[in-house]
Amino acid sequence: MNDTATETLSVVVERELPHAPEKIWRALTQPQLIEEWLMKSDFKPDVGHRFNLRGDWGGVLDCEVLAVEPNKKLSYTWNFDDAVNGLKSVVTWTLTPTSTGTHLRMEQAGFKPEQPQNYQGAKYGWQQFFAKLEQVLARAD
Amino acid sequence: MQTVPDEVFKSLADPTRRAIFERLIRDGEQTVRALTDHAGVSQPMVSKHLGILKQAGLVRDRPAGRLVHYSAEPKGLAPMIDWMRHYSAFWQGRFDRLEDLLKRMDQ
Repeated sequence: MNDTATETLSVVVERELPHAPEKIWRALTQPQLIEEWLMKSDFKPDVGHRFNLRGDWGGVLDCEVLAVEPNKKLSYTWNFDDAVNGLKSVVTWTLTPTSTGTHLRMEQAGFKPEQPQNYQGAKYGWQQFFAKLEQVLARAD
Repeated sequence: MQTVPDEVFKSLADPTRRAIFERLIRDGEQTVRALTDHAGVSQPMVSKHLGILKQAGLVRDRPAGRLVHYSAEPKGLAPMIDWMRHYSAFWQGRFDRLEDLLKRMDQ
C-alpha cells in the first residue's frame, strides 16, 4: 500500500500522542471505546470479521477487518453502499512507539466510487489514474 | 460526511472515458477522429463519451470548420479533490476526540 498511487490521493492523518501503543490499541479496538471517539460499532479484532460503523448522521458503513497486528497495525474496509454516492476504501492504522509515546498514523486509501459490477475491473484503472492526478493538478494552475 | 461529486466520479468511473481523458491530459488537444483511432470503440461512442466528460466539466471543445477539437480541463477535477479534503477534516475531528478519550482513560 506504499506505492505512489495510494500516497498521492489517500487521506492521511498523523499525530504524536503521549500515550503507550497498548493504550491507543484499546481505544482503536474495543467497541465501547470506539464509540466514544469514532462511531457505534460491533467491531472485533479478528481478520475477516464483518462489522458496521453507525454514524450520528444515520449512515451505516460496511466494514471488514483486513489486518490485525496487536499494538502495531489495524486495517479494515470502509465501504458505504449507496447506488449514487458509494464509496469503497480501506482504513489503516499504524502505531509506532516513540520516546514520548506513540506516532499514530491513519490512512484512508482507495477513493474509487463506481458501480459495484465495475468494481474489480475499474479498481486498477483508478489506482493508475490517481497516480497521475498530482501531476495533472500541478498543471491545472 | 460529504457526498461524492457525482458527475466527476461517474464520468471517470468508465474505463473508456478515463482513457480518453488521460489521453487528452497527456497529448493535448485532439479531434474526435484522432481519439477514435486509439479508443477501441466507434466514433459515435467516442462522441458520446466526450459529451459526458464535457458535462462533468472535464473537457472543453473548440469547433474548427467541420472538425471539433477536444482538450482536457484538469480544473474539472477540483470537486473530487475538495471531497477528499472533507474526509481529511472528518478524521482530524475524530483524532481530537480520540485524544480526549485517551486523556480520560488515564484517570
